[in-house]
Amino acid sequence: MAASTGKSFVSRFGVHIAVLVFVVIWTIPTLGILVSSLRDKDQIIASGWWNSFASSSQTEAGRLPAASAQTQKDGKYVIEGNVFGDGAKRDISAFGVKAAAPTQYKAGTAADLGDGVTLQVNADGSFVLASPKAFEGDRGQRVYFASSAPPKFTTANYDAVLFSEGIGRSFMNSLTVTIPATIIPILIAAFAAYALAWMRFPGRALLIAVIIGLLVVPLQMSLIPLLKLYNGVGTFFGVPSKTYLGIWLAHTGFGLPFAIYLLRSYIAGLPREIMESARIDGASDFEIFVKIVLPLSFPVLASFAIFQFLWVWNDLLVAMVFLGTAPDQIVLTAKLNALLGSRGGNWEILTTSAFITIIVPLIVFFSLQRYFVRGLLAGSVKGG
Amino acid sequence: MAAQIFSAIFVIIIGVGGCVAYFWGANKLLDLVFPSRGVSGTAAVDNLRRQGLVRPWLFVGPAMVILTIYLIYPVIETLRLSFLDRGGENFVGLANYEWAFGDHDFRNSILNNILWLAVVPAACTFLGLIIAVLTDKIWWGTIAKSLIFLPLAISFVGASVIWKFIYEYRGEGQVQIGLLNAIIQYFGGQPQVWISLPFWNNFFLMVILIWIQTGFAMVILSSALRGIPEETLEAAVIDGANPFQIFWKIMVPQIWGTIAVVWTTITILVLKVFDIVLTMTNGQWNSQVLANLMFDWMFRGGGDFGRGATIAIIIMIAVIPIMVWNIRQANKETGGH
Repeated sequence: MAASTGKSFVSRFGVHIAVLVFVVIWTIPTLGILVSSLRDKDQIIASGWWNSFASSSQTEAGRLPAASAQTQKDGKYVIEGNVFGDGAKRDISAFGVKAAAPTQYKAGTAADLGDGVTLQVNADGSFVLASPKAFEGDRGQRVYFASSAPPKFTTANYDAVLFSEGIGRSFMNSLTVTIPATIIPILIAAFAAYALAWMRFPGRALLIAVIIGLLVVPLQMSLIPLLKLYNGVGTFFGVPSKTYLGIWLAHTGFGLPFAIYLLRSYIAGLPREIMESARIDGASDFEIFVKIVLPLSFPVLASFAIFQFLWVWNDLLVAMVFLGTAPDQIVLTAKLNALLGSRGGNWEILTTSAFITIIVPLIVFFSLQRYFVRGLLAGSVKGG
Repeated sequence: MAAQIFSAIFVIIIGVGGCVAYFWGANKLLDLVFPSRGVSGTAAVDNLRRQGLVRPWLFVGPAMVILTIYLIYPVIETLRLSFLDRGGENFVGLANYEWAFGDHDFRNSILNNILWLAVVPAACTFLGLIIAVLTDKIWWGTIAKSLIFLPLAISFVGASVIWKFIYEYRGEGQVQIGLLNAIIQYFGGQPQVWISLPFWNNFFLMVILIWIQTGFAMVILSSALRGIPEETLEAAVIDGANPFQIFWKIMVPQIWGTIAVVWTTITILVLKVFDIVLTMTNGQWNSQVLANLMFDWMFRGGGDFGRGATIAIIIMIAVIPIMVWNIRQANKETGGH
């Protein structure tokens, strides 16, 4: 842009920094759940995700084996073993025997526990508890230790979430809702848009005004009457009131005003000469529509399809009203909302589920951004 | 699940096939009833005229039926229900409206909605405009725009989880794994349970919507900025205007119409904001908004349709001025058409 030429180095540098700050603020939140979803679930709560490439340290507690495990060695009673048992080995930096001072002794040193009893815990977890007198009782010595684990990345969270938390099933449900709900409105809207753009009939201006008015009618206005209607139809015909067919039609209805509006403004802008020469050649409106208008309108049809796909996939409200919450109907957004309630603290499950929920829109968005932006511009700038 | 996939594919075929069959068949039928070929001249002209009268309605018919069932009838029915009791059977006059304005939750929702309306559209438009201007000046602006635009593709629920993780609070002595609290702690502050801080929690929820919608404002405004004639800007530079003067006195007035569009679009979105509040707080800690309150009343204790409808009407009333303005603008555009 002309305004930026001849600027000092400092002010251009400032622009780069400012944009960088915005980009960082806008991407960090998403990055956070992506990184967390790949971390080991114990590490997620042990350190912030921004530290996930550093070793995470945590304080753990354990109990040493009871008196029955003791052996006699050099005139002393000794219990030996490893605080990690057979589990994963981590590095121990310090240990203690009181909850108030869990890191009182450095790893590898012998701690004096009084009465000649000594405890040594080494960095690898092995320990030696020694006493001049025989150990008694069936409860072992309590021990605390600070361990650090190397960064651990895993896809285990994805396995767990997809197959045992029901996200995999919900993913299929979301696809089941979204694909028909994206395709059905396109054809209906395209015919209506053509008629409103190129055919003359009484009431056309009124219809256009109604559709522009409906563009901004809040969804909330439709919910209760449609819920009643669906319940009524369900009772009357003895069928369930929450069905995929019901939500497909609902999304079709809610998407139509925007679809007709977007397609009409595009189709109205097609060159008049093409239409007229086709008409002179004897083509009917139906033929003109199918053979000329539809192929020429591909870009705007793609724009609308992307919009509708993203809107239906991301919708929570319509799904919560018109679909059930059983595993065979619950969509991803509703499932994620349910998990927020039932798995509130399990961030490995929440971050992973959230990432699975947003990955499809992100792929669609990145691969078809051009059409998306075009639709956005056509839909809102003229829409004013 | 296989049955489900099969039925979805089946419905796509039936739905699309049905649409094609309807439009093709209706058109064919019209040609049969009023033939224009193979009849005498005057009859053909008459029939063509009749076809011309009927055909537009065949084209707009399905859309009109669906719009009537899913939008027009519900608007009238919701208005009617708002004067009826919870089951939608007995007329109660304005009792639902009286209840609403005396209800603590409702008043809290109205106040919060006003707060949202005051902050979110302004913040999105302002940030979007600034980012649009800045990214226009650098070589990697397109990449930057893509990244800032990206949250627009994320669902409100997904975004809520993303931000809930940022606001996460863990008790004293534990490691703060929420980014915000970790930063606060790093600078010596006291970690907080952000989403349950009355009044301020509203702003933490608004941040989520601003994060999503700034990209929208940015893209629209960026394209409007491109439309400003180069000569205008050059003239301003030659006259010695500094960047701030160019921004406020040249750019902003030139794209004023687009700013208004962005502002109203986000305003409508804010009036309907539901998912974010439901997933973050479900209206607790005085963060309720109208759309979530309505959803609550739709199902609370078996559902109170009268009160739910009343809340929907209130949201609708707030939208009406924008609706009227939109229709007027559109009439102006198509007036000579």
